[in-house]
Amino acid sequence: MKGRVWGAHLGLLALLVLAHFLLPDYHHNNVAKVMVLACYAMGYNIAFGYTGLLSLGHALFFASGLYATALSINLLGWSAGPALALGLVAGAVMAVAVGLLALRTAGVAFMIVTLMFAQAGYLTILYLGQWTRGDEGIVIAQGLRVVAGFDLSAEGPRYLAAFALFGAGLLANLWLVRSPFGRVMVAMRENEARARMLGYNPFRVKLASLVISGLYAGAAGAAYAVMFGYAGASLAGVQYSILPMLWVLLGGAGTVMGPFIGCLLMFYLVAYSANVTSASLLVVGLVLVALVLFAPKGLLGSLRARGVTWLP
Amino acid sequence: MDFGPFLLLALMEGTVTAAVLALTAVGLSLTFGIMRVVNVAHGEFFMLGAVLAWFVTHWMAGPPWLAFSVALLVCPLIVASVAVLADLLVLKRLNYQPEATIVATIGLLYILQQAALSFFGPDARPVAAPFSFRVQLPWFGYSGYKLCVVLAALAVLALVWLLISRTKIGLVMRATQIDRDMARAFGVNVDNVYAGVFGLGAALAAVAAVLVVPIQQAHYLMGGDPLLLSFIVVIIGGLGSLRGTLVAAVLIGLSDGVISTFFAPTLAKIIATLLVALVLVFRPQGLFGKAAA
Amino acid sequence: MTNELSLTPSRRRVLQGIMGTGALTATGFFPGFAHAQSAAPIRLGFQLHRTGIGASYGRWYERTATAALARINAAGGISGRPVEIQFEDDGTDPARGAEVFGKLATEAGCDLVFGALFSHVVIGTAPRAAELKVPYLVCSEGHHVASGMLNRWTMQPGITDVKSQVQAMAPFVTANLGKKVTMVFPDFAFGHDHRDYFTAAVAAQGGEVIAQIAIPPTETSFTRYFPQIPAETEVLYHVMVGPAVLTFVKEIGEFYGTGAKPQLFGFMDSLEAVDIASPGLEFLEGSHFWEAHPRYKQADASAAETAYRAAVGVDDNGASVTDATDIATYSHMFSVWETLSVIKAGMEASGYQGPDDRAKFIEAVEAMTAFDEGEDHPQGAKTFNGKTHQAFGIQNISKVEGGKLTVVHKTAIEDGMYPDEVDYTTQAL
Repeated sequence: MKGRVWGAHLGLLALLVLAHFLLPDYHHNNVAKVMVLACYAMGYNIAFGYTGLLSLGHALFFASGLYATALSINLLGWSAGPALALGLVAGAVMAVAVGLLALRTAGVAFMIVTLMFAQAGYLTILYLGQWTRGDEGIVIAQGLRVVAGFDLSAEGPRYLAAFALFGAGLLANLWLVRSPFGRVMVAMRENEARARMLGYNPFRVKLASLVISGLYAGAAGAAYAVMFGYAGASLAGVQYSILPMLWVLLGGAGTVMGPFIGCLLMFYLVAYSANVTSASLLVVGLVLVALVLFAPKGLLGSLRARGVTWLP
Repeated sequence: MDFGPFLLLALMEGTVTAAVLALTAVGLSLTFGIMRVVNVAHGEFFMLGAVLAWFVTHWMAGPPWLAFSVALLVCPLIVASVAVLADLLVLKRLNYQPEATIVATIGLLYILQQAALSFFGPDARPVAAPFSFRVQLPWFGYSGYKLCVVLAALAVLALVWLLISRTKIGLVMRATQIDRDMARAFGVNVDNVYAGVFGLGAALAAVAAVLVVPIQQAHYLMGGDPLLLSFIVVIIGGLGSLRGTLVAAVLIGLSDGVISTFFAPTLAKIIATLLVALVLVFRPQGLFGKAAA
Repeated sequence: MTNELSLTPSRRRVLQGIMGTGALTATGFFPGFAHAQSAAPIRLGFQLHRTGIGASYGRWYERTATAALARINAAGGISGRPVEIQFEDDGTDPARGAEVFGKLATEAGCDLVFGALFSHVVIGTAPRAAELKVPYLVCSEGHHVASGMLNRWTMQPGITDVKSQVQAMAPFVTANLGKKVTMVFPDFAFGHDHRDYFTAAVAAQGGEVIAQIAIPPTETSFTRYFPQIPAETEVLYHVMVGPAVLTFVKEIGEFYGTGAKPQLFGFMDSLEAVDIASPGLEFLEGSHFWEAHPRYKQADASAAETAYRAAVGVDDNGASVTDATDIATYSHMFSVWETLSVIKAGMEASGYQGPDDRAKFIEAVEAMTAFDEGEDHPQGAKTFNGKTHQAFGIQNISKVEGGKLTVVHKTAIEDGMYPDEVDYTTQAL
C-alpha cells in the first residue's frame, strides 16, 4: 500500500529524470515549463482539491512571486538567489492577507472576493507602470538569471532546477496530504460542520491551507521570473487564475499527481491544436465542458473511482 | 470646463452606464436568484447580442431604424435560444451544482468567443444608430441616441418587473426561487422554469447589448467588462435581490463617472474593486440585501 | 561566472546517440528534428497574432508576409534557395509568444523568426530568442529594441520606433497646429511612451503639454474624460489602440459637436482597420493624422508603392481589393514586407548556409546602414543603426480632406534621430 504510493510518485520523478536525457530541445523546454506551472497547479490543488476552497484569484499569488522576484532583481539589484526566496515569501504573505479577509466568506462569495482581489492586483501592476512597465512587462537580463553559479537561462540547468522545484513540491504535497493535517483539510472539504464539532477551527485550517497554496504559487511565480526571464501583467490576469483550476480539474482534483498530468496534457493540447485548427479557444472551452459533464473527477480521480483506490 | 457642466456631463454619462448596466445585471441577478447559478458566460451573451445586431443590420436592406428594430427583437430571441440550449445540454445535466456550473460556463465563455471570432472576425465593427441627432448644450454636445437608450432600458426593466410581479409566469418563478422542491410538489415543471429563466437572463444581456452597440462597437472580446461590472452590481445589491440590483446599478453607474474625475482613473478602478471585495467580506448579503439572506 | 551542469553535455551525447541509431527518428516520434540541408528551403518562422486583441493586425500581417514571400520566391528565393514561412498563432499573449518561438526555432527548425507586433509579445519572447541564439526580427514600432532592454538577437529593421516617430512629428504640430497640447492616451506602456517622448519633444520646440489624460485600458466609454481637456487647449493629441478606438473617436466628435474645438492630431493607430467613412466620423474632416505609410494612394505614389499595394491586395482607398469594408492596417504592415527584404539581404550578405550561420546573419544586418526606397522598401528610405538594432524612416502627416487622408507633410529621417541608448554589438553572440 505505502510502497505503491511512493513507487508511483518516485516513478514519475524518475521518468522526468530520464526525460532530461531523452527529450529533444523543444519538448525538453516544454516539460521544464510544465513542471514550474505544475508547481503552481499543485498549490491550487491544495486549496481547491483538498480543502474545497474554490478560488478565482490565485493569479494574485503567482504574480506576487513573479513580481517580487523580478522587481527585486531589476530595481533593487538583488541577485537571483535571494530574489527567489523573496518571491516565495511574497506569495505566502499575500495569501495570509487575502485569506484573513476572504475566508470570512464561503462558496460563491469566496470565489468573487478572490476574483476581485486578483483584479485589484492586476490593475495595481498597470498603475505602477513606471516600475512594472504594465502590460508590456519587463525582462530580466540573461546575465542576472544565475543562482549559485548555475545559469537558469540555459536549458540544462533550467530543466534540473524546475525538476528540483517540482520534485520538492510533489513530495511535500504527498507528505502533507497523508499527514494528520492533510486529513483535517479533507474533512473541511467534505463536512465543515462535523469537523468543527470534532474541535477543529475551520478558519485556521483553511487559512493554513491557503497559505501553503500561496507559497506554492509564489514559488512557481518566482521560478518563472528567473527561468523564463519575463514578468508582465498578462501573467497576473484572470486567465492565470482560471488556468490552474483547469489543469487541476483535468488531472484530477484532490490527487497529488493530477495537477502535473493536467498541466502537461493541456499544454500539448494547446500547442498542437494549433496545427489542426486556429480555433484554440474552442478546444479549451470544449475540454472544460466535457470534463464537468463526463469526467468531473478528472483523469486520476476517475482512475481512483475505478479501482485504483490507493492513489493519494 | 467649469465644474457645473463637468458634473452634468458626468451624471449624464453615468445615467447611460447605469441604464445599460441595470439591464445586464438584472439578467445575471435573475439566474443567480432563481437558479443559484453563477453564469460566467453572461458577458458573452451580451457580446453575442451585439455581434448578431451587426449581422442583422449589415444584411438587411431598408432604413436604419427598421433594421435596428428587427435586431432589437430578433437578437435577444436567438441569444435566449442559445442559452436555453446550453441549459438543457449542459447545466441541467450537472444538476446546477455550483462549482460544476461555474466551470461549465467558463467553458461556454470560450466556445462563444471562438464562435464570434471565427464567424464575425477580430475587428470592432460599428452598427448605425436607428436615428442620430445631437443635443447641443451651451458647454458640450451630447448624443440624442444615448438619452433614448436610457428610456428604452427603463421600459424593458418595467416589463421585466411586470412579468415577475404581475403574471402567473412570475409567480411560478418566484415560487421556484423560494423553494424548488415545494414548487415541484405543486406541479411546477422546475426544469422548464430554469431553462426559461436562463434564457430570459441571457436575453436581457442581449437587449442591453443591442441598445449599446450603436454607441460602442461590436467586438468579440467585449463581454469581459459587462461581466465584471454586472458581478459588482449584483454583489453590492445583494446576491439575488432584484431591487438591490437596480439601486446598485444606478449607484455604480453614477459613481463610476464621478469618481474617475477625482482620482487617476486606473487608481479609481483599483479602489472600486477593493471596495466591492470588502463589501462582500463584511456584508455578504450586500448593501441592500436582507441580513442572513 | 556560470558553469554548465555536467549533466548537460551528456544529455546532448545521449540524445545524439539515440538519434544516430535512428531508433526514434524511424518511429517519427520527433518530427522536424533533423536539420535542414543547405539545398533545402530556407524556413522562416512567423509569430502571428491570429487571435487575441492583435487579431485585426494579424490578419493583414499574414497577408503581407504571404505576398512578400511570393515576390521573393518568384525572384529566385534567397541565395537561390526557395523560402518557406511557417505561421504560428501566439494569441497576442507574451507567454504563448515565447512558447511559439521555441516551437518554430527548435521543433520546426526555422532559421529565424519574425513578425511580432504587440510590444508585450515582443518583450515576452525576446529572452527566448537570446537563449536559443535565434534571430528575432520584430515589426512592432515599440521603443523596446532601441531602449536597450532586449538583446543582441532581437532587431527591428522594418519600422521606425515610437520615440523617433513622435519626435519627428512634434515640430509640425507646434509650428502649424498650436503650442498648447493636451494628450489623451491609454494608461499602459504604449501610451506612456507617447506621453513621455512627445511631451519632451514638444517642450524642445517651445510648446507645452498642458494636460495628460490617461485612459484605463479596460475602458469602453470615454466621454466622461473629455471635460478634463483644458479650454485653452490648441491641439488635442490622441492615440488609442484596441477595439474601442472607433468609440473613442466618435465620442470626441459628439463631445465637441458644432462648438469650438481644438485642432485634432491623431496617431493612425486610433483608426487602423477602421473605415474613415464610418458613420459618426464626419467631424474628423480637416484634422491631422500621423501615418507611417499613407493609407490612401497619393498622387505622387512611386511605382514601388503601387506594386506593393497591388501585391498585398489593397485598393487605392486602403481596403482589401475583394472587400471594400475590410480596411488594412496599412500604416504598420509594410514593416513585414520590408523586414523580409532585410532578411534576404542579410542572409545573402552573410553567405548564410544554415543554423550555424545565425550569428553571421546578425552581424551582417548590424553592418547595414541604409535602405533605399524601392520595391524592397516601398514605404521609403531608411537609415539603420546597427548598434541599437533600430531602423529610422520618414513619417507622413496627413490631413482628412473629402473623407480621405492626404499627405501634407513628410518628415526628414534626421528629424527622428536621437542619441543611442545602447550598443548591442558589445554583447556576446
